[in-house]
Amino acid sequence: MRHILSILVENEAGALSRVAGLFSARGYNIESLTVAPTEDATLSRMTIVTSGSDEVVEQITKQVNKLVDVVKIVDLNEGKHVERELMLVKVRAVGKDREELKRTADIFRARVIDLTEKTYVIELTGTGNKLDAFLDALDRSLILETVRTGACGLGRGEWIIKA
Amino acid sequence: MKLSDAPQSQTVADSTELLNGAEIVCRALEAEGVEFVFGYPGGAVLVIYDEIYKQKAFSHILVRHEQAALHAADAYARATGKPGVALVTSGPGVTNAITGIATAYMDSIPMVVITGQVPTHAIGQDAFQECDTVGITRPCVKHNFLVKDVADLAETIKKAFYIATTGRPGPVLVDIPKDVSAAKTLFHYPASVEMRSYRPVTKGHAGQIKKALQMLLGATRPMIYVGGGAVLGNASGQVTELVRLLGYPCTNTLMGLGAYPASDKQFVGMLGMHGTVEANMSMQNSDVLLAIGARFDDRVIGNPTHFAAGNPTRKIIHIDIDPSSISKRVKVDVPIVGNIKDVLIELIALLKAAEQKPDGKVIGAWWKQIEEWRSKDCLKYKKGGDIIKPQYVVEKLWEVTKGDAYVTSDVGQHQMWAAQYYRFDKPRRWINSGGLGTMGVGLPYAMGVKFAYPDAEVACITGEGSIQMNIQELSTCKQYHLPVKVILLNNRYLGMVRQWQQFFHGDRHSESYMDALPDFKKLAEAYGHVGMDIEKPGDVEGALKDAFAMKDRLVFMNFITDQKENVFPMVPGGKGISEMILAEDL
Repeated sequence: MRHILSILVENEAGALSRVAGLFSARGYNIESLTVAPTEDATLSRMTIVTSGSDEVVEQITKQVNKLVDVVKIVDLNEGKHVERELMLVKVRAVGKDREELKRTADIFRARVIDLTEKTYVIELTGTGNKLDAFLDALDRSLILETVRTGACGLGRGEWIIKA
Repeated sequence: MKLSDAPQSQTVADSTELLNGAEIVCRALEAEGVEFVFGYPGGAVLVIYDEIYKQKAFSHILVRHEQAALHAADAYARATGKPGVALVTSGPGVTNAITGIATAYMDSIPMVVITGQVPTHAIGQDAFQECDTVGITRPCVKHNFLVKDVADLAETIKKAFYIATTGRPGPVLVDIPKDVSAAKTLFHYPASVEMRSYRPVTKGHAGQIKKALQMLLGATRPMIYVGGGAVLGNASGQVTELVRLLGYPCTNTLMGLGAYPASDKQFVGMLGMHGTVEANMSMQNSDVLLAIGARFDDRVIGNPTHFAAGNPTRKIIHIDIDPSSISKRVKVDVPIVGNIKDVLIELIALLKAAEQKPDGKVIGAWWKQIEEWRSKDCLKYKKGGDIIKPQYVVEKLWEVTKGDAYVTSDVGQHQMWAAQYYRFDKPRRWINSGGLGTMGVGLPYAMGVKFAYPDAEVACITGEGSIQMNIQELSTCKQYHLPVKVILLNNRYLGMVRQWQQFFHGDRHSESYMDALPDFKKLAEAYGHVGMDIEKPGDVEGALKDAFAMKDRLVFMNFITDQKENVFPMVPGGKGISEMILAEDL
């Protein structure tokens, strides 16, 4: 099953490789990993999407928690949460495709953030499923390149993850 | 954790003048009460070695290979419970040390490893003797640090000792670039450190402890399974008290030997791949299993599916300081995370106050079953004949040393015979590499123990394969006058490899014969020690007595033993622990 793990780590050199190294050393999956400093510059927040049985995910959580640089780890699947992912897609936009691409983007509430005579860069935010659906809606031959951030998430309401 | 549990450093006065990084390292080690630093100098640590030359707070022990420095520091920690300290240079100094670090990591041994690094401005330039120490050691340390500013050095060393010795212990590495060891700052050594990201749990959950007691008292086929965590947590006194109060059978893992006295009637022997019939069968057939500081690893419970499916109603209580050890390989019913000693003190108090007592009749019936398994006498072996049986040497060693020696071993058949036939009644007497299984640890382990306890008898049980992996340390033993006794069980084979080849690979002895062995007696003599060749069973006891009578000499005893002897019982890899091969089966 898919799990989304939220991890607060000391914002120190090497913290990312400690977490990533643990996943590879113990054979855990990483579907996506995203990390950046938080409002408190001494902390980074990492979001890892992984998959495995409940037992495996429990082990992952315990092992990550054991890392000295990790302040806290929470499995967002344990409660209600929101999650979002950002994707940028560069497409070939010429002729009649230009209008069609813009229409599709509008339907998905995506935005064109860069354009040239022949290309668009389209920005889209949403769940991974929505991003997948958008790609499916495009003519594959028009996609020049894509980049995705991987999911990040927060608990709903008063569920707050703090150091 | 409570600050009072953290090791307090001795007060070392703040400096009023500027000190360089090397002086800070020495002052910090002094503050930690370090007696010995095991190490090897080199370019990146020259400034530190210059300060070592000038100070008197600790002794530096010069080994002959960095790997041995790590093993010696590791053994010092295993024998004393205090953190071991090693110091090596950058690049090859570090890579040579890795095996020692990984060995300590797998067995949760508290160590602080100080490594030199190329100057900060040269890092990443592929400088001479540069390697990414923090990167290369990351998977085999509890934590590591690269110190880029001398102002952070003292606190980093304090953190290293704090992390290494608290929670589940382990090696912590501090990498110090050469310019940092030369740079100057005022010295202040903190008495304690707080880390928001590192707060190990020490107190067990009271409700869970109550639940555990109820489960234990209601058991009809109880079993107590004690691992290395009980030794590391200095809890063998509590383990012994609990086991005796309950009257239940107790087994120790390879790493737990000595946590419960082996000569006691309630001890059913070591369990696992080479465990006794009574230990493995009690483990497999128990209805309530209390695991204390043990981790259900593959060499202990064999196939976890067989272990669980073969007895699905078994209830498991697991006390461990590391939450990630719980329900890792086997699902646990009552987990108790905490310091073993404190948890057991609480459990014992509850047990003493409880009105309910174990049902003597029911437990008596269980013991009757266990005695039946015990009557198989699974450790018996053929005596007599003209060839020395390796088990016999270990038994005689136990007699000659009155069961009170510190015994180190290498890895292989001799290690298992040492574990089976030297009955350890006290913790921290049995020093071996259980987790990583590192050949070559035996001799440097004996050195580390001998430095810690110069008046104690220290024996290194080894094989002709293992001993050659660090034999250069005979030179270190000469330099520091370490009268350890090397018990070489020489069967001219990598015995455990040969045993597996015999059982599982059609008896094809691929590369397991040790040809062209040196004349070990002469070799020992060349290093300035006493060498002995012992070839007849009748000479074993006398030779051991002679050797241990030479109080001030290292004696290297080359016992020519039975080439074809195997370790029994044996659970083949991937099988359940009740699926043992016994000597009589073959």
